[in-house]
Amino acid sequence: MQVADPKQLEALERSASRKRTLYRWLLFLVLGLFAIYYLAPLYVMIVTSLKSMDEIREGNLMTLPGEIMLDAWKTAWSGRGYAAGDVFLRPFFWNSLKMVVPAVAISTFFGALNGYALTKWRFKGDNILFLLFLFGCFIPYQAILLPMARTLGILGLSNSISGLVLVHTVYGLSFTTMFFRNYYISIPDEMIKAARIDGAGFFKIFFKVLLPISAPIIVVTVIWQFTGIWNDFLFGSSFSFGEAAPIQVALNNMVLTSTSVKEYNVDMAAAFIAGIPTLLVYVLAGKYFIRGLTAGSVKG
Amino acid sequence: MFKKVVTTTAGFIFAAGVSLSPAMAGGEAEVLHWWTSGGEAKALKVLKDDFAKKGGTWKDMPVAGGGGDAANVTLKARIVAGDPPTASQIKGPTIQEYDDEGVVAPYYIDEVAQAENWDSLLSPQVANHMKCDGFTKYCAAPVNIHRIDWFWANKKVLDANGLNMPTSWDEFNAAASKLQAAGIIPFAHGGQPWQDATVFEAVALGIGGNDFYRKAIVELDMDALGSSTMVKIFDQMRKLQGFTDKGMPGRDWNVATGMVMSGKAAFQIMGDWAKGEFSNAGLKPGIDFYCLPTPSNHGYLYNVDSFIFYGMKGKSKIAGQKMLASSIMGKNFQKIFNIYKGSIPARLDVPMDEFDMCAKGSASDLKYSAMTGGLLPSFAHGMALRNAQKGAIQDVITEHFNSNMSSKEAAKRLVRAVQDSL
Amino acid sequence: MFYWLQKNLPKIVIAPSFAVILWFVYGFILWTVYVSFTNSKMLPRYDFAGFKQHIRLWSHFRWYTAVENLLIFTVLFIGICIVIGIILSILLDQKIRAEGFLRTVYLYPMALSFIVTGTAWKWILNPSMGIEKLFIDWGFTDFTFDWLVNRDMSIYTIVIAAVWQSSGFVMALFLAGLRSIDDEIIKAAKIDGAGLYSIYITIILPMMRPVFMSSIVILLHISIKSYDLVIALTAGGPGTSSDMPAVYMTQMAFHRSEIGLASASAVMMFLTVLAIVVPYLYSELRRQDAGR
Repeated sequence: MQVADPKQLEALERSASRKRTLYRWLLFLVLGLFAIYYLAPLYVMIVTSLKSMDEIREGNLMTLPGEIMLDAWKTAWSGRGYAAGDVFLRPFFWNSLKMVVPAVAISTFFGALNGYALTKWRFKGDNILFLLFLFGCFIPYQAILLPMARTLGILGLSNSISGLVLVHTVYGLSFTTMFFRNYYISIPDEMIKAARIDGAGFFKIFFKVLLPISAPIIVVTVIWQFTGIWNDFLFGSSFSFGEAAPIQVALNNMVLTSTSVKEYNVDMAAAFIAGIPTLLVYVLAGKYFIRGLTAGSVKG
Repeated sequence: MFKKVVTTTAGFIFAAGVSLSPAMAGGEAEVLHWWTSGGEAKALKVLKDDFAKKGGTWKDMPVAGGGGDAANVTLKARIVAGDPPTASQIKGPTIQEYDDEGVVAPYYIDEVAQAENWDSLLSPQVANHMKCDGFTKYCAAPVNIHRIDWFWANKKVLDANGLNMPTSWDEFNAAASKLQAAGIIPFAHGGQPWQDATVFEAVALGIGGNDFYRKAIVELDMDALGSSTMVKIFDQMRKLQGFTDKGMPGRDWNVATGMVMSGKAAFQIMGDWAKGEFSNAGLKPGIDFYCLPTPSNHGYLYNVDSFIFYGMKGKSKIAGQKMLASSIMGKNFQKIFNIYKGSIPARLDVPMDEFDMCAKGSASDLKYSAMTGGLLPSFAHGMALRNAQKGAIQDVITEHFNSNMSSKEAAKRLVRAVQDSL
Repeated sequence: MFYWLQKNLPKIVIAPSFAVILWFVYGFILWTVYVSFTNSKMLPRYDFAGFKQHIRLWSHFRWYTAVENLLIFTVLFIGICIVIGIILSILLDQKIRAEGFLRTVYLYPMALSFIVTGTAWKWILNPSMGIEKLFIDWGFTDFTFDWLVNRDMSIYTIVIAAVWQSSGFVMALFLAGLRSIDDEIIKAAKIDGAGLYSIYITIILPMMRPVFMSSIVILLHISIKSYDLVIALTAGGPGTSSDMPAVYMTQMAFHRSEIGLASASAVMMFLTVLAIVVPYLYSELRRQDAGR
């Protein structure tokens, strides 16, 4: 590279910085517009949940509530105190957690291990094997619900949280394996070779070398699995019942009535409450998308 | 690998622990239903309490959604897993459909039904719906009778426009045109397949008459299905479509009811659960709103909610089935339940004095229609046909109502759809 | 022995997962294929009935609507999501201050279930409640936006809601991908005098091949399985105009006592994946191998 004249360099720098300011504004404009698109339905949901039913019937979707009513939220979370017909979310929250945490952990762990074995320890037929995994992504769950029920019945796992954990782990494996495989394939093989020369074995390399730089993809995988499993209704309603049911079944029972009066404010509050854990995971996990994690360790 | 073995093993142990819940003396019942809120849940609570009083253990298993669609999925998964619920909210010919699959035998509750002489407590039509094994043995218990062919109308709106409740479909069309000219939505409707079908059957009963309805919709007579009468029925459906507003497709039924309540719209055709919306808002039948049958020759479309009892293993479960069947047919339960639910009791000997005007009308109409041959099963609510045929007909109705298909074409498609589904 | 173990360790590690997939995916597919050749109605039966159900499937008008809708939906949904995902991830990767906030905003729709998404959008798109009413209230009396209740447009409302929900996740995938790329590559390219635009087009995006693959698999799986969203947003209506194969299959299997017919439709869905997706994935894997 040529050494440039300092004056010339300065002028270049200034015009570049002007350009950069303009470009920044444009950048924020685009990002902001998208933010509005993504936030609009959330706004509608929250605003609706804070209105009274009369207000919902009369006003339009975007108007702010005349008076903020938290009643719908209370009703959704802890019921109205009726002796009957009082479905609310509180008792079902824990059921869902008991199911989601192990299912996410197990499926993510095995996905990482599979992804690692498929990319860094290549063997004959590994691509075909991976393809066989991938095909599992496209199974419509309604199609396999009945044989699944039979299998769980035979295993003695029908109507149990463990059954649900098994189901969600199995159908999560295809996705988690794919995420990790596609991430690890872009990690340079040199790192592994170096570690092998140092005498590290299969598991040592996995735990000491790869896992520490896997944060972004772990975040993606956990988000994916957590959301999918937390929001699942089909398996939850088919393989667990009554008081052991996950929160989506309870939400469904609250919101979808057949021939009864509908309360949209409670519906929206309930939908929102049921979504809080997933929202929380998104907000918290987001931090781990930190730039340079990978770059740093590749260099080091 | 080892971890996996450990977790799976742990899973087995855990599962075993869960399924070994103590079986209470006196019978237990796991009841799959979709009555989770409002009047329905209150009504069901009466049953739960009654069952508990007799010493039974009620395990609630609610799965709401799509008028039982979601519960259907759950139910099939349970049956295939070899572990059906003790009782499940199933009605109409679906009861016999399950029996054909061999999962309902050996009909434990028939013993109770014989002992309590259900045959004398129920009208023959209703009793027949509850029987399996070639309509010989009771395998289900009825809780109520809903009427489907109702007109719900805003009285103030009709009065202000100088209109009376129509007694024929032509009168209705004339009234609706007048209202439309006055800027009122004549016909509040939610364009969902089951609501389209609900309107259709009321129209078919009115324009075709009782015998036609039975022939075409219950007996699936191909000539009747493709007849010029059917074309006329579709013509009336098209007129009704013209009386709806733009926001109709996909609207929930109760939103449509709200439109009638607020006076934005004048009429709605819906089963008698719509009454709950009116009374919740403090409106009175005969003063604020009308509840009158849609025009027909003393026809009456019924929808009987019932619980089916599957074949079971285990003493306490069988005991639970028998107790529950007896509770459901209890006189007091049938009264209170139906006051909450808006319907009328399935049992004929329940006094009606505590019911409202609409329910009383429904009960006396029922008796009259039963005598004159107008008491007919609702197809839209799964009382007339098996699921495959019901669905096939519903597809055609909803396609016609939500497009500009000609009535002739619709009748032709109806015949074809039914043939294909048989 | 030890050497054998060490050599085969990767295979041994994958074996349990693979065994599970073999049963729960391929075993169940075989079951479905078999049932599609039976007369199964309310519950599965195992009497052989030949191609009867397949013939019925292909003579049912709803199935054609469903297939056509799946095509429209898949192409638009995947295309739009990937474009939005790439744009947003690149913009977010410009070391901007509000990144954390914006990223969460773009990503959060994925946290909601399709049922909730469907319900929220149903209100927004409803002509008598949502956007149309809003604009009319604002004084634009001629404004119409009636896609939700228009037979010819209803499928596009499903695309709008689905893109809203899923594009953020595609953004996250690309963002994770961008962050696995060594900064040095971009620096080196800049030093060589390449513009940012051309760096992304010619260097970075081609390196994102695996991310494209993940995205396509994820999005395709959503479109093939789309059931909840359709039910919540249009319930297949108006009429049956926004029917989709998964909706068709579920209704036939569980609400219509047509398990045989439903299985036939499921088999068609498997075959479609097999014919279109698998070849793409296979060639993609070979290409990635060649590029190593």
